[in-house]
Amino acid sequence: MATLQTRASARLMMTPAVVLLLLWMAVPLSMTLYFSMLRYNLLMPGMEEWAGFLNYRFFLTDPAFLTGLLNTLLLVGGVLLISVGGGIMMALLLDQPFFGQGIVRLMVIAPFFVMPTVSALVWKNMLMHPVNGLFAWIARTFGLQPVDWFGEAPLFSIVMIVSWQWLPFATLILLTALQSLDTEQKEAAEMDGAGAVSRFIHIVLPHMARAITVVVLIETIFLLSVFAEILVTTNGGPGVQTTTVTYLVYVQALLQFDVGGASAGGIVAVVLANIVAIFLVRLIGKNLE
Amino acid sequence: MARAVSTRTRLTFTVIGWLVGFVIFFPILWTVLTSFKSEGAAIATPPQFLFFEWTAENYVEVNSRSDYLKHFMNSVVISLGSTLLGLLIAIPAAWAMAFAPTKRTKDVLLWMLSTKMLPAVGVLVPIYLLFRDAGLLDTRIGLVLVLTMANLPIIVWMLYTYFREIPGDILEAARMDGASLAKEIIYVLTPMAVPGIASTLLLNIILAWNEAFWTLNLTAAKAAPLTAFIASYSSPEGLFWAKLSAASTLAIAPILIMGWFSQRQLVRGLTFGAVK
Repeated sequence: MATLQTRASARLMMTPAVVLLLLWMAVPLSMTLYFSMLRYNLLMPGMEEWAGFLNYRFFLTDPAFLTGLLNTLLLVGGVLLISVGGGIMMALLLDQPFFGQGIVRLMVIAPFFVMPTVSALVWKNMLMHPVNGLFAWIARTFGLQPVDWFGEAPLFSIVMIVSWQWLPFATLILLTALQSLDTEQKEAAEMDGAGAVSRFIHIVLPHMARAITVVVLIETIFLLSVFAEILVTTNGGPGVQTTTVTYLVYVQALLQFDVGGASAGGIVAVVLANIVAIFLVRLIGKNLE
Repeated sequence: MARAVSTRTRLTFTVIGWLVGFVIFFPILWTVLTSFKSEGAAIATPPQFLFFEWTAENYVEVNSRSDYLKHFMNSVVISLGSTLLGLLIAIPAAWAMAFAPTKRTKDVLLWMLSTKMLPAVGVLVPIYLLFRDAGLLDTRIGLVLVLTMANLPIIVWMLYTYFREIPGDILEAARMDGASLAKEIIYVLTPMAVPGIASTLLLNIILAWNEAFWTLNLTAAKAAPLTAFIASYSSPEGLFWAKLSAASTLAIAPILIMGWFSQRQLVRGLTFGAVK
């Protein structure tokens, strides 16, 4: 049992972390909120004036916002589908005993440690380049027309790159969950004559359900903020074809210097992320007991 | 009981496993191979896989021409600095929450976690303006501060999940023997906490090294770490694939090796203890 003295020192030890995080969150966020109500452009200093909800109206009715929102949903949804679907299969594969398993495991998780700007540029140039890229060569070898990835399907190209980065994360976590499955349960089902497919659906999948939820929620949080991959490959284009909400805010803030508009966009992004965050925090909180 | 697996099944999975692993790892392998080619060989069609003239000239050139070392050092300083500063703030907090929990501890932890879920873009404008006014734009210290705060919740959480597994009884025993709080921390707790602190350190260096929102938006030429330096290859220089590959290989190699060592901790750190 903690004594009064320990309790006092415990509070003291927590103070720096709590205060700093509180400042880190409250100060900039309230500034964003305040700016979002102003007409405020860095190119027109001294012209700031109260604008009420005008910035929100402009941001939300900007056709680029709807496209951005749709692109964000497609990006997050596409990457989740590929990385979680692929992750389940990879986890099942890596759970089988085979020669050199440890090395294959290292190869599979490697993309997660590659910095986003490197993976984006390597994929865009060396793999997906329509003339000299490796994919183009493979296509020609099979007598097919090479695909101009970033010209014809820019958003899908980015989905592929980001999926490659996040597949290892899903694999690693789902594999961890899979390995904690009681083998006796599986063996019992096997003896009762359950086939591989029905064992997967009735025993393995329910066991992994929580890990899958965790992967989906955590990936969503990170994917909503995908930025570097877009910046170095397409700059949000062509047009606004690969502009996400995050990227749109960046453009308004640091390219158009529209502080008010960007702040309104930032608040919209915060609201979107919070919808996901609430579920995740609840799930993790339940696990804390 | 281990399940009996026939050699044939095992061989089949060996082939499939290595094939899939190779495909996923290929972009990295290709980058490393290309970094040893001449620029001509790098864009050659059909691609040259192993039989080309191996050369180290790209590494020499990347190092001599583009201040590569400066950007590398920026990455080292920023990732190491933010991680150490984060640990300094987080260790006492995590210790307190693990060993002297109150009714509110859980709420504090979850609240800290929720700050991590705040999208960076939501605070981009004020941070940028504050940094501009404080002269922190394009400085290492500015990035150290931002990344410390961005990763602090993860550091606290990881440490907390490790500290919680240290049996409290041992502390009780030390206290019974008359150990003061300071002695308790130095002689009893620290040795047991070192592995947890080490894995937290490793994972957070990786996260900070690869961070590519703040590093791209708050730096220019001076304090740019490798993430931002590599991004500069997206413009015309992107045509020089061999040099891009050499710069990339150097940028990812140290972190890839650290990542391989920390793969177990990764699951724990990034799921906040929800999956073990």
